[in-house]
Amino acid sequence: MSSTMLKEPKMTLPIRSAVPTPVPGVVPAETPAIPALLVDRVTKRFQVARKKAPVVAIANVSLRLERGGTIGILGANGSGKSTLIRLVSGLLTLDEGRVEVFGHDLEREEMAVKRLINRVSVDAAFFKKLSPMENLLFAARLYGIDSGFARRETVRITERLGIARKRLGRPVEQLSRGMQQKIAIARALLTSPALLLLDEPTTGLDPRSKLDVQTFIEEIRKTHDASIVLTTHDLDEAERLCDEIIVLNDGKVVAQGSPEELKRLVAERYGQAPTMHSVFMTYTGRSLDDDIAEEEAEDE
Amino acid sequence: MTALTHELKASYAFIERNFFLSRRYWGWEIAFLIYSAAGALSISLIGAQAGDPRLLLTLMVGAIFWNYLSVVFSWIAETIAIERWEGTLEYTMMAPIRRSTHLLGAVAYAMVYGLIHTLAILVAVVLFFPDLSFAHANIATVAGFMVLGSFSFVGIAMLAAILPLLFVERGAQMAFVLQSVLLLVSGVYYSISILPGWMQVISHVSPATYAIDGVRKGLIDGVPLSELTGDIWPLLVMGTLFIPFGLWAFGRAEKYAKRTGKLKRVG
Repeated sequence: MSSTMLKEPKMTLPIRSAVPTPVPGVVPAETPAIPALLVDRVTKRFQVARKKAPVVAIANVSLRLERGGTIGILGANGSGKSTLIRLVSGLLTLDEGRVEVFGHDLEREEMAVKRLINRVSVDAAFFKKLSPMENLLFAARLYGIDSGFARRETVRITERLGIARKRLGRPVEQLSRGMQQKIAIARALLTSPALLLLDEPTTGLDPRSKLDVQTFIEEIRKTHDASIVLTTHDLDEAERLCDEIIVLNDGKVVAQGSPEELKRLVAERYGQAPTMHSVFMTYTGRSLDDDIAEEEAEDE
Repeated sequence: MTALTHELKASYAFIERNFFLSRRYWGWEIAFLIYSAAGALSISLIGAQAGDPRLLLTLMVGAIFWNYLSVVFSWIAETIAIERWEGTLEYTMMAPIRRSTHLLGAVAYAMVYGLIHTLAILVAVVLFFPDLSFAHANIATVAGFMVLGSFSFVGIAMLAAILPLLFVERGAQMAFVLQSVLLLVSGVYYSISILPGWMQVISHVSPATYAIDGVRKGLIDGVPLSELTGDIWPLLVMGTLFIPFGLWAFGRAEKYAKRTGKLKRVG
């Protein structure tokens, strides 16, 4: 990590490089590899009412994700997780700071960045009357992928995710929530993103579907050379999948480190049990149960 | 792959997707077609009841060609609204394509769909009124005004498509109101001379006013294109101005939506 580039919050632990990948003989050993994602002192505000001060959704957030790594973003509802994902996706403009994806500046080289990223959000957004195949063909064409190749890849990826070929022709609305989420992951993978943004991909899934998706994410890490940003409410999932975790609270990074480092820190500094639940409670001031209860109340 | 090939392929993505949507909603497509044909026939029958063949043709042309323009307008104007309803807008906006590519695909499908839809209604009307004669019709004039009318209408439709970007809740409704105003002021079923003065001012900036007038003169009176410059130049000017302006405005609206967070799924 380049400490001169990123402003670290007070509670931050040293960032562990996820997968340092200098190629011997090509990149000098002392040359830092280009990170998959660099978020440098990013701030985003929203004007929610004319006569009120803007709400700061993301405040001076910095992070660095090395190629092939997985970084988890934890935080309560409204902490800024999804906003951060949207900022990296180019779906929101930055008020301050900069974002680079594999060295490409998001604002100046928007198209280059768009070609490198894809996103899976908590709501598997599809044309519900269209079939998974029709939805994925549309996505593939937007990314310049040949339709024949896209069809073959769709079958291959969805079969790997446990979705029978016969289901690919039925309207998405007839599929279960878990299957829709798997199709959403297949859509993202179809474009072979170098940076995959997973915004609560397993929220609302049954345990079996959740496990399927988590296993598949692990497989993607191993086989697709993808770097992953994962936001989640599932602390076990974060611990299992992420090399490094950032905890957001009120749009600010309040803790940063590997799961082991964070657990050790809350045990040593705060006398808490060395669990991710303690990490979450310590840094967000609330338990995960509070968060889920609030989410359910919002849904109602 | 060249950038142009990539953009054209991406444009085709929107054509294919809209075709898939029409196919999936085939029941509604047929219902909409029957309703449109019934509407065109009902309006034409007013002329038949009056025993005035010219009035019959005037109303028929208005009904059929307004149907074409409104179908084109709707498909383009709802480009964003459809994606917002489905929740796919953010994914489409994340794709590595230019907004002009996005709109080109929407426009191409709208025109092809509009032509097929209108042709079906035309056939229904001709079958219903077998004694109608188009012996004097100038087909080149009709075709010319349909093309010119389409392109000038596209610019306005692009501007309407911006509304759901700017106004998350009410944008689609605003676009529908705009379409209604165009119907009222464009002399679709009557001469614009009977409109109040302030409405006549608005009618002069509606491409439909000139397009339908030109089609009528070509179809009923057989007037050649060369004698209709008064209708042609406003359409050329509007097409030349509205389309680039629509693209520019769309880009500005997208930036505004990204700044204020209005791309986010609603509903």
